[in-house]
Amino acid sequence: MCIDCGCNSHPGSAHQHDQHGHHHDGGTSRTIRIEEDLLAKNNRLAASNRARFRAVKILALNLVSSPGSGKTSLLERTLSDLAGRITFAVLEGDLQTTNDADRIAATGVPVKQLNTGAGCHLDAHMVGHGVEAFDLEATDILMIENVGNLVCPAAFDLGEDHKIVVLSVTEGEDKPLKYPQMFQAADLVLINKIDLLPYLQFNLEQCKEFTRQVNPLVEIIELSCHSGEGLATWYDWLSREFIRKRA
Amino acid sequence: MHELSLTQNIVELAVQYANRNNAVAIRSITVEIGALSGVVADAVAFAFDVCSKGTMAEGARLDIRRIAGVGRCLRCLRESQLEALTHVCPLCGSLALETMQGQEMKFTEMEVD
Repeated sequence: MCIDCGCNSHPGSAHQHDQHGHHHDGGTSRTIRIEEDLLAKNNRLAASNRARFRAVKILALNLVSSPGSGKTSLLERTLSDLAGRITFAVLEGDLQTTNDADRIAATGVPVKQLNTGAGCHLDAHMVGHGVEAFDLEATDILMIENVGNLVCPAAFDLGEDHKIVVLSVTEGEDKPLKYPQMFQAADLVLINKIDLLPYLQFNLEQCKEFTRQVNPLVEIIELSCHSGEGLATWYDWLSREFIRKRA
Repeated sequence: MHELSLTQNIVELAVQYANRNNAVAIRSITVEIGALSGVVADAVAFAFDVCSKGTMAEGARLDIRRIAGVGRCLRCLRESQLEALTHVCPLCGSLALETMQGQEMKFTEMEVD
């Protein structure tokens, strides 16, 4: 039995709470005031995840993007380049397959695949159970690769320290205006695949301008995990946030 | 389609509160959904029939109150109606617009027997 969520089961399975019928007297209708956020349960579980991560001083990052932005490739490169300096664990969210987890496992980093089935996002419940696979005491940074989707994951707090949006230059510079909830929820935007810029119509400055229109304070790093350009800035960001969490 | 998860939460909360208040039937459920919340009200209404089936909330009327988006500019200090999430003040063009209203997704009340 899970203490946090009261479930008897594994992530993704159906819950049956409070579904027993009651039979009482009465028949007059009455109004009950409630005022509860629809995400209250997820937010409570996220707060519990956050407390667990804080207790062991893990930096938890939630990577979100549309499908095919290069999240997994960026992770592979990051894990390999920082091996021996920072200890990672990775949660991989996808509807189906263990393809991404297999790619991460090849780098030697502990990884757990979370398959959501038809679900469009990871939630705090899945992450809370997912990290049971790791030795959290021995982990510095937890990378959570969310389901490729720029809409739904914006609403679901997982207990992370930062949401990071990965946007690739093959997608079009107006993505931040089309999916403002996601870009507003992010603390960092990584503009990926910049090695392809000479072959595209992508207007990088316009993209940054659009990003700031929905999130004036967000940090933006341009990089390519293919050419390696910009990676040093990304690694500096990771080190800075990791040290801040340890302090 | 995270409207499905949200609607499951609506049904779960409704049944919880109904039981806690010794209700025998749920007549109606009222939720507030902000225009800037990213939630499609029609999708919630559609999912409600499916999610409530076999629970005490089955057959209850779902009232969805749409809350308009309102922003307030920290530079020109004026309020404006917002159709989309942005920090650009439509009145003076500054990047200092604060969202005052419109991001809600709340279960506000229900009518029970």
